[in-house]
Amino acid sequence: MYVAVKGGETAIARSWDLLAAARRGDSALAELSLGQIRQQLRLAVARVMQEGSLYDEELAALALKQAAGDTVEAVFLLRAFRTTLPRFASSKPLDTAAMRVRRRVSGTFKDVPGGQILGPTADYTQRLLDFSLGHSSEVPPCTLADSGVPQPLPSVLEVLAAEGLIEAEQPLPGDPEPADLTRQPLMFPADRATRLQNLARADEGWLLGLAYSTQRGYAESHPFAGEIRMGEVSVSVCPEELGFDIDIGEITLTECQMINQFAGSKTAPPQFTRGYGLSFGEAERKAMAMALVDRSLRAEELGEAAHAPAQQQEFVLYHSDNVEASGFVQHLKLPHYVDFQAELSLIRTLRAQANSSAPQEAAHD
Amino acid sequence: MTEACHSQWQYNFAFLDENTKRMLRRALLKAVAIPGYQVPFGSREMPLPYGWGTGGIQLTASIIGQDDVLKVIDQGADDTTNAVNIRRFFARVTGVATTSSTAAASLIQSRHRIPETPLRSGQIMVFQVPEPEALRTLEASEVETRKLHAHQEYGLMHVKLYEDIARFGHIATSYDYPVMVNQRYLSSPSPIPKFDNPKLHMSPALLLFGAGREKRLYAIPPHTRVESLAFDDHPFSVQRWEQACALCGSHDSYLDEIITDDAGARMFVCSDTDYCQQQQEGKA
Repeated sequence: MYVAVKGGETAIARSWDLLAAARRGDSALAELSLGQIRQQLRLAVARVMQEGSLYDEELAALALKQAAGDTVEAVFLLRAFRTTLPRFASSKPLDTAAMRVRRRVSGTFKDVPGGQILGPTADYTQRLLDFSLGHSSEVPPCTLADSGVPQPLPSVLEVLAAEGLIEAEQPLPGDPEPADLTRQPLMFPADRATRLQNLARADEGWLLGLAYSTQRGYAESHPFAGEIRMGEVSVSVCPEELGFDIDIGEITLTECQMINQFAGSKTAPPQFTRGYGLSFGEAERKAMAMALVDRSLRAEELGEAAHAPAQQQEFVLYHSDNVEASGFVQHLKLPHYVDFQAELSLIRTLRAQANSSAPQEAAHD
Repeated sequence: MTEACHSQWQYNFAFLDENTKRMLRRALLKAVAIPGYQVPFGSREMPLPYGWGTGGIQLTASIIGQDDVLKVIDQGADDTTNAVNIRRFFARVTGVATTSSTAAASLIQSRHRIPETPLRSGQIMVFQVPEPEALRTLEASEVETRKLHAHQEYGLMHVKLYEDIARFGHIATSYDYPVMVNQRYLSSPSPIPKFDNPKLHMSPALLLFGAGREKRLYAIPPHTRVESLAFDDHPFSVQRWEQACALCGSHDSYLDEIITDDAGARMFVCSDTDYCQQQQEGKA
């Protein structure tokens, strides 16, 4: 009779076996290697690294394999692993102006110093299913441009900055050390550096929806894609015992500098303002959405009315993390017998009262 | 440390690194010093999902030692799937002894219940908390609720309870029933049924509360006053059942209702499986 909650240990072990079998699928087919995932599903790997807050393609590929392609689950796996990693050092600020650019486009000027560089993008393809990919196919040879991309490639926004038409990008007075959201809880009001950290690891779907809402009248900011660039950036650290910078490698980044209108305020003349997006790997959708949301969250700082969801810090930042959100939404699967029993008793009492001719309410007033 | 690790990867004892444990213990000391106050802490991602006990798991991980005996319950039962999973996690990363006996445990992690067997001095109880802010359903903004706590401004909650009485004739909150800790902080007892609230008052055991997703922890130190909110003319009361437990015959325990057939027949049994077992053995 009373068996519902017994046998948990055995049942759990069996569910693990079923999961492993389902992950592997038909064993007559070759097993995916991590190298294949890294090479051929690079954008999925990048997204897991972004939201997992850990730049490691091999581990991200492993997480994707273990999660059977479920991105949010893979992010969760990577985050839980990340918890156990010690901190050796903080890197020096990355210099994206020195990026070895593979793609750089601007939506604001027809031509820009260094030119529009399209790079490996799906933007100019027709989205027709390519049936030739259904079987092994030869890749056409790549023809590289005669002249390489100029290095460094000047930033488009510098042109506007030189004329004073766009706000200067200045660190806060004293250039304080940024908070570390992976070590300290998010507190409000959150400064811009903290907000950007949160947005950088935020769920792409959440950011995309919020960014889209700002384009449909909920916090309109009249954005232009000033510059989007993607490429490799060096990471360096300065160990205290050495006292000089050493290069520890390079990472692929996508950066978006959004230009937004600003009507001016009592203290500032009309000028363009900025929204900023940055993400690991090739991730333009994420970087652009992040830039729009960054700008909308600056409403208070810029003296704009902040009524829309995308302008409200607590709403945006508290709900952006898909590891938190996925866990809490799905915790409803856990047993709630005790609370439900309490509610059951209560609702029976309330119904009994409602059905009786003389409800006892007001009797105590 | 690593000798105790039972996994292939070199996880530290109890998974968390020692610096993280120290951060957690410092926050716990603050929590004990200010009973009921929600201390923000740098919550980490754990290998179990947020909302499934990550706060409790972090607290347990930060205080568990080689000699501890751990009990993990969910809904009062040691055998519910998530309790099994958490217990297995700690067995795997610490190697400590586990038990289902409330009396034998030095450390008890729980979701939604306090055991029926009275806790004793020296025991530590860790609660998993989904929403540490007792005022959250009344005020969505964390900035605002922190202000309300700072000013001990709890009118919102009193009005809510009063409105219940005006509408239903009694307070219509059956679990996660708000408490005043040490006559200062309004706190969530976690979603335990209000049946368990009296066990918080003057408990000889240390009661720790961890909310991983919300990055808050708080504590009720031993022998602390804990009052369930009420009015003079509407005193606090707990759930009672007409039935006794169908398995052990107890009249004093919290009962779960179990539907036994398609016709809606039902039985009532103790939610605390260890207590029920003890009672059955006591009668045998």
